[in-house]
Amino acid sequence: MENSKINRRDSLKIIGFTSLAGLVWTTGCETKETAETHEHAHNTDDSLKLSEGDKKLMNEQFFTDAEMKTVTALSALIIPADDKAGGAVEAGTPEFIEFMMKDQPRHQTGMRGGLHWLDAQCNRQFGKPFAECSEDQQKAMLDQIAYPGSAKPEMSQGVNFFNNFRDFVATGFFTSKIGIEYLEYMGNRATVWQGSPQEVLDRLGVSYDMVKQYEFA
Amino acid sequence: MQIKENSTVYDVCVVGSGAGGGMAAKTLTEAGAKVVVLEAGPMFNSAEGAMFKWPYQSPRRGAPTHRPFGEFDAAYGGWDIEGEPYTTVGDTKFRWFRSRMLGGRTNHWGRISLRFGPKDFRRKSNDGLGDDWPISYDDIKPYYDKVDKLVGVFGANFPKDLKLDNEPDGIFLPPPKPRAYELLVKKTCDELKIPVLPSRLSILTRPHNGRPACHYCSQCGRSCSTHSNFSSPSVLIPPAQATGNLTLITNAMAREVLTNEEGLATGVSYVNKDDNMEYTVKAKAVVLAASSCETARLMLNSRSSRHPNGLGNSSGMVGRYLMDSTGASRAGLIPQMMDGIAYNEDGVGGMHMYMPWWIDNKKAKLDFPRGYHIEFGGGRRMPGYGVFGNFHTYNGFVSANRRENPDPKRTGGYGQQLKEDYKKYYGAIVGFSGRGEPVASYDNYCEIDPGKVDQWGIPVLRFNFKWSEHEVKQAKHMQDTFEEIIEGMGGTPLGEKPGADRDYGLLAPGEIIHEVGVARMGDDPKKSPVNKYCQSHGCKNVFVADGSSLVTNADKNPTWTILALSMRTSEYLIDQKKKGNV
Repeated sequence: MENSKINRRDSLKIIGFTSLAGLVWTTGCETKETAETHEHAHNTDDSLKLSEGDKKLMNEQFFTDAEMKTVTALSALIIPADDKAGGAVEAGTPEFIEFMMKDQPRHQTGMRGGLHWLDAQCNRQFGKPFAECSEDQQKAMLDQIAYPGSAKPEMSQGVNFFNNFRDFVATGFFTSKIGIEYLEYMGNRATVWQGSPQEVLDRLGVSYDMVKQYEFA
Repeated sequence: MQIKENSTVYDVCVVGSGAGGGMAAKTLTEAGAKVVVLEAGPMFNSAEGAMFKWPYQSPRRGAPTHRPFGEFDAAYGGWDIEGEPYTTVGDTKFRWFRSRMLGGRTNHWGRISLRFGPKDFRRKSNDGLGDDWPISYDDIKPYYDKVDKLVGVFGANFPKDLKLDNEPDGIFLPPPKPRAYELLVKKTCDELKIPVLPSRLSILTRPHNGRPACHYCSQCGRSCSTHSNFSSPSVLIPPAQATGNLTLITNAMAREVLTNEEGLATGVSYVNKDDNMEYTVKAKAVVLAASSCETARLMLNSRSSRHPNGLGNSSGMVGRYLMDSTGASRAGLIPQMMDGIAYNEDGVGGMHMYMPWWIDNKKAKLDFPRGYHIEFGGGRRMPGYGVFGNFHTYNGFVSANRRENPDPKRTGGYGQQLKEDYKKYYGAIVGFSGRGEPVASYDNYCEIDPGKVDQWGIPVLRFNFKWSEHEVKQAKHMQDTFEEIIEGMGGTPLGEKPGADRDYGLLAPGEIIHEVGVARMGDDPKKSPVNKYCQSHGCKNVFVADGSSLVTNADKNPTWTILALSMRTSEYLIDQKKKGNV
């Protein structure tokens, strides 16, 4: 093969890193890593990549403007921004849900119907559709459908819709840059695995003495 | 339609470029044979995969809209491919995965690289079910050794006092240290007397044969741009190309093996998917490594006056004894892992520890034969499409004792409390999957559907398959074991435990993608299509080099055995050539 006698530093170059950034971890660096092996690095190109098919879907519109308002309001209520991180809206969740309706059309009826159901309930209880209700009214509505264990039987369709919608919001938020940082996921980068940090082992009450008969990499 | 004939006569035509085809191509070309490989899919270079891609780099965030394992997975194909149908009979639920690309399924597999053990070749002698192999562990051991050295596999020989004598030693690179939660699983399993041991994956923890060591991004399934794990295009195809003896034809969908008046193979006809034209290549020998069922399909579709039931199928056994691994899963929420400490837990693309089958079925008086191994994983993985799905079914379980009485006000929800719950629960789930050995059955088989063709007019396969009580009872044992481990860890098993009505969560055959056995080896030409060297009993210049020759499908993933058998068959072919027998 062409890349014979390759070392790890070279392999990182092959992957396309422009920088071999310094310490990224805030924990776990107390292990016996040396400067030579401690080459955590980020993938520097994390821009959105669109295929022709994706572009076409992006140019189509599924939600009406009124529906999009409801989707946005629901997203903000489900995962709000706080002083630690932005929320689902800042993370682009409404746009993600819009895309998925076109990418997987089987979701369309349940989604559109659920939004209608929500408006019909709000009209009955507050005399206006969900997006036009006050935040207190919106929360009063969600309190009736967001807790499957205590919701009233007549709310079952709303509960199902909301369970599904909550899952969409979770994916939209936690697969975004904001959401991934909020969770403090620290991987997806080239590194040298040297085991879990001592404090993580201590927390779980385990130690590498349990496997001391083996020689590890 | 005009058929385009290539006038070159190759020494060998290999159909397929995955584990079996890639190994045959490498072994044969290095011995000096002129080899043409037909691959039904396009070229693929592992360096072009989606490694390091973040979910937000796609508007569908990795959703499995077009690929069953998500859009960043390396496999082109799936269980359902447009224009390439298959059918089933009665209540058969068999699902047939195809990967159409150079290297086939080696591009996205789990790299779990287990040797079959001595007992795996002698199952009938042990429990009276199925058949023994015509070869023993000693026959295949030298080839496993060579595969270990060539490809590179990490692992450890198991302590002898565990008496795991059906889990052979290997030639291993050092394994990666276990992740903390894997040690937590071990701690619980030590009490349950279930051995948790370093796993055996073909991922390089040291530079090996010119390939660099793993950089621990955990995304092996997307293909590796540094070729640090095993795939055929990373490890087998390049050395074959370097000999100058390899001709690689991609997008070539094989139609049938051509034979002469004596019934010997003379080449292969195929459809070029790019121009939709028919072509033939001539060869003095043919090696079928198209993936088990595709190999059976080719043999059955190659009918002539000398082979009226299909090539080398006077036994009627081509397509019979179809097997897949058994599979069942359960996940658990482990409160001790909640509010976890942030760190990069990625490691290699797979488990660092696993559990080989640990019970002697007879001594323990189990109500089923054959065993399974357990794969497990979880922790702080990269969030992907579907992350925290069905959160409303478990975020009330803040501790194990809430299982029976979760706080209804806290299950599901929305707002700041929910946002904090997500973070609290992130990384606290561990999933367990059993992968077990079925009992081979004559009644599980594929055949040619008399009424249906694919988009190129090639008759398609029809599947007949039913799990027996052996596999169902095994799945029940898996479920009980998973529950025991999860609860032993102080955790809560998620979702409902699948009961008898759902076959204890036993997945449909074909879903584990270990389908093997449709041209099994044997000494008796009446009972098996190929001999112990995987040479057709009825057509001596035709060989199989994929999973189709397997007599049993051990509780180990089949790839390492496919690689070893392909190497052995290729060396036999060279030897027979030298002796003038082929």
